Amino acid sequence: MMLIDPHAHMISRTTDDYEAMAASGVVAVIEPAFWIGQPRTNVGSYLDYLSSIVGFERFRASQFGIRHYCTIGLNSKEANNEELAEGVMELIPRFALKEGVVAIGEIGYDEQSPLEDKYYRLQLELAKKLGLPVMIHTPHRDKKRGTTRSMDVCDEHGLDPTMVVVDHNNEETVKETLERGYWAGFSIYPSTKMGNARMVEILRQYGAKQVIVDSACDWGISEPLGVAKTAKLALQQGIAEEQVRLACYQNALDAYGQSGQMKEEDWLNPQAIDQRAVFEGNSILRGGREPRVEEGKSRRTMDDLIIE
Amino acid sequence: MSDAARNLLRECLQRQLDAQTGAWLEAQIAALMQDPADAALDIVLGMIPRRLGKAQLALSAAELFAAGKSIEGWDPRGWSVTDAARILVLSGLPRTAIPFAQRFRVLCRSADVAELITLYRGLPLYPDPTTLEEQVGEGLRSNMRAVFEAIAHHNPYPKTYFEEHRWNHMVLKALFIGSPLAPIQGLDQRANPELARIMCDFAHERWAAGRSVPFEIWRCVGPFAEGQAIDDLARVLGSGETIERHAAALALAASPDLRAARLLQDFPALTGDIFRDRLTWATLQ
Repeated sequence: MMLIDPHAHMISRTTDDYEAMAASGVVAVIEPAFWIGQPRTNVGSYLDYLSSIVGFERFRASQFGIRHYCTIGLNSKEANNEELAEGVMELIPRFALKEGVVAIGEIGYDEQSPLEDKYYRLQLELAKKLGLPVMIHTPHRDKKRGTTRSMDVCDEHGLDPTMVVVDHNNEETVKETLERGYWAGFSIYPSTKMGNARMVEILRQYGAKQVIVDSACDWGISEPLGVAKTAKLALQQGIAEEQVRLACYQNALDAYGQSGQMKEEDWLNPQAIDQRAVFEGNSILRGGREPRVEEGKSRRTMDDLIIE
Repeated sequence: MSDAARNLLRECLQRQLDAQTGAWLEAQIAALMQDPADAALDIVLGMIPRRLGKAQLALSAAELFAAGKSIEGWDPRGWSVTDAARILVLSGLPRTAIPFAQRFRVLCRSADVAELITLYRGLPLYPDPTTLEEQVGEGLRSNMRAVFEAIAHHNPYPKTYFEEHRWNHMVLKALFIGSPLAPIQGLDQRANPELARIMCDFAHERWAAGRSVPFEIWRCVGPFAEGQAIDDLARVLGSGETIERHAAALALAASPDLRAARLLQDFPALTGDIFRDRLTWATLQ
């Protein structure tokens, strides 16, 4: 089954992870702009970060036959550094129109502070102006209220719920998100956000109509195979294949495809020019080395002793 | 910058685009003449692929010939209509207080992969080309092979503007990332003794590691091959794959050293083919 991981901070992951994801069926990832585990102190490092996720990271992914997209935005944590935030807000329009940018995101609330609110609203307006979907990061703390508020503000600004993915849902938030007509993202992230057994129960209870499964893997203890393991577990536990396909592939494509920047042909039948430029599934790198390895064979084992 | 080159690009685009898209593009170029600020330029560059798509730019043989005549070596084969339109916009920006090289650097720093490729493909057409060399050097340092090749392949900029050190390192890097040398323009004209020495050292390093040596390196060695380099070529001529032996023969034929000629005497068929132009670097590809 083809899979999409529509929330993965690949900039923090290794090539082993890309390899494992490709082997598990992931054909495309979306890398949301976020913070990097510690605050950036100046706008220059944010500029370089955004350049990386529209540039080098896309190339890295392509070596494993994975198509890489991203979202552009000022995250809620760093929205609290006003000087930085002002500088970043000037960069956002420049990056939001890059190829393969599928949404403004991830944006929303962390502490639900006034500055977070200000920049969240400004970016919702920008998304509307540019006709881009929005990816919302719902807060870890005071989650239920923060999730409701995130959607209230979208409504207030007149966003169409079908253009908005509310991410990091859980059992407490899912009902409202679905009822209000938003896409409901679930991040299969060990110990904190969502486990895959719980995810299967949610699919059983609510169906997959607006549900999007992602890994949100990043620099923390997280699982780049979150989507693949959820798909496998769901199938094992009797969820219909079509439901799994919606939650782990099609809905992400439908939601973010509204940007006009993400199409199934991108990975099924890449244009010749694309193939050369950004989708070098079989490119030979560094002195003739073939980066894709045989299926099922991982370099992460001491048994494979020879390093050529 | 060449007006003939820009006119050619413009005509090809207008022929290929539907009337509405063609008019949109012309309107953007006209608007930038009034307001050439970065913010306006960013939006135009961002909108171009959305409006024009990525179809290959259609060029007739006559147009290709005219391209190479308007700017020596300019080869827009393989460009997309988006490449062409972005380069048309950039090369026609009105002069402002900010030098073009500075704007080019800013664009490169915030470019996505496809934009980087476009930006560097357009090098032959930009104003004040000598002022761009430093940023082009940055581009060569890229780990993205397609970006590197946008500069190194089918592009007359390196042979025209690079000083020897940068030239040599570009050729060497091509080998390291598995990029062919043949599409580099000026490979024979810009050959030099330092590059020949680097290539021989590279061959020894590969042999010591038990790895193969790309046959194309001998093209850079031939015209300066003497002493130890002749021994290296003799080694390749006497072993290796057919393509490597042919490459060694071609390199020896270009060498000024008398030993090279004597070595070739043992291979009359190969020498005959080289003499009659049946075996050339082009036929080896």
